Amino acid sequence: MERINDHPILGKKTQRDSVNFSFNGKPMAGYRGEPIAAALLAAGIRTLRKHEESGNSRGIYCAIGHCMECRLQVQGKGIVRSCLTPLEEGMQISEGLQLPNEITGRKRP
Amino acid sequence: MSRQSQNSDLMIVGAGPAGLSAAIVASGNGLKVTVIDEFLEPGGRMLGQFHEEHGRWWVGKRIAEQLIETCGKQGVSIRCGLSVYGLLKSDGLWEVSTSEGRLSAPRVLLATGAAEVPVPADGWTLPGVMSIGAAQVMSNVHYVKPGNRGLIIGMNVLGMAIARELSVSGVSLAGIVLPPAGTFAGSSALPKECLRLLMGLSHLAPSPVLRLGGRVAGALGMAGLVSKFFPRRGIKLWDIPLMLRTAAIRINGTDRVESVTLADVNGAGEILPGSEREVPVDFVALAGGLYPLAELAAVAGCPFLYTPELGGHLPFHSERMQTPVEGLFVAGNITGVESALVAMAQGRLAGASISHEAGAYGVDGERHVADAVEEVHRVRSSALIQFHPDIPEVRKKIYQLWQATYQAGG
Repeated sequence: MERINDHPILGKKTQRDSVNFSFNGKPMAGYRGEPIAAALLAAGIRTLRKHEESGNSRGIYCAIGHCMECRLQVQGKGIVRSCLTPLEEGMQISEGLQLPNEITGRKRP
Repeated sequence: MSRQSQNSDLMIVGAGPAGLSAAIVASGNGLKVTVIDEFLEPGGRMLGQFHEEHGRWWVGKRIAEQLIETCGKQGVSIRCGLSVYGLLKSDGLWEVSTSEGRLSAPRVLLATGAAEVPVPADGWTLPGVMSIGAAQVMSNVHYVKPGNRGLIIGMNVLGMAIARELSVSGVSLAGIVLPPAGTFAGSSALPKECLRLLMGLSHLAPSPVLRLGGRVAGALGMAGLVSKFFPRRGIKLWDIPLMLRTAAIRINGTDRVESVTLADVNGAGEILPGSEREVPVDFVALAGGLYPLAELAAVAGCPFLYTPELGGHLPFHSERMQTPVEGLFVAGNITGVESALVAMAQGRLAGASISHEAGAYGVDGERHVADAVEEVHRVRSSALIQFHPDIPEVRKKIYQLWQATYQAGG
């Protein structure tokens, strides 16, 4: 999605450093310190994880840490809320995965 | 893990308008204050809020910057990116469990704010469907548009205020529609009920609807008299169609939002046959309103009251922002949903109340607290955005109940 570079009421952001990171192995760029969820949205990525059981795509919902919908994996950090986790140079990020479901035994076609 | 020694006189959870305002008063009176917030930067929801007021823009971010600067000058420690998940009283000290270890203080102020009421709808788990607050944060705090064109589901003060912000930020909106009728939506799916609530606010002069957009108030007033003649295409609120006779039936898409199916409804919220149509959008913002974010008060053992006018379940508290739990205070939207200006006044009051209890004012304490109570009343009666018309009345009842419960017979 489009970034707002000069907000008509709030003005510009103070100078931010560009950083490189990867999502599902694909190289991407964003700003240091912005939430991972914002960097991914700016890159046009809406699906942050597959539902653990159904495998359905899920994205951000509340964007302030309440709902846990935006959880994904960051190498070295484990599963994090992408809306509250600041982006760092070289981060290797991957979407949350559907899990094998031996416990419920439920299978989807 | 070993017990840490007392590291503050006051621990505040939440670096929004209430928490920062309380920190300024308490630190100004010599208390050592730590403010914790889960978000990446302090300021709370003020960071993304702005509205027009007498032809000028009220910008929450500027006010937040001033509060943060004053906190810095007065030695307040603000720690962001920390989540608080536990609160336990032990030997007269609160143990505050955070994602970065345990902290402790004799007094804790909960200024955690509010959370959004979910609006379940068919297709609402699709990526691209978000709470309206999420759209606000992405656009106004992180400077990323939530999408190319969106639709807002739910008609209330919060939704209308953020719709205006999004529009000003250059986000294209197809309209504001009613939620699908059913158990979850209740009366919020009824055109007349929405109109009643929006118009109910207008007995306050000048009305918030008027403040949200002058010429719209007149149109809404007309609609109130003859709501069945409300135009099918809606009326324009700024450049956004407010569609009071249209409901979202379904959100469509495979791996992301592609469209929303809309339909016209009658006064009872029932779908008019043959009126269904699809509107292409790539994001949907759900506006369900706010409720006090109060889990930590429950964890700390505070009793609750149910007050729908203030957003639902809230911790029982006095007019001085005390709770029945010793050393536990509350301020801001955790005590009921109101505007940022009221939250700031409540924060200053909590700061005065805590300073008084800590003996920081000497003999003048009662006067300082009484002045701060008066200021909250003054700010509330002149607040620019009123979330519910009955707030002053229900507040009075809560404080009377407190008196009857905790102060009867001295």
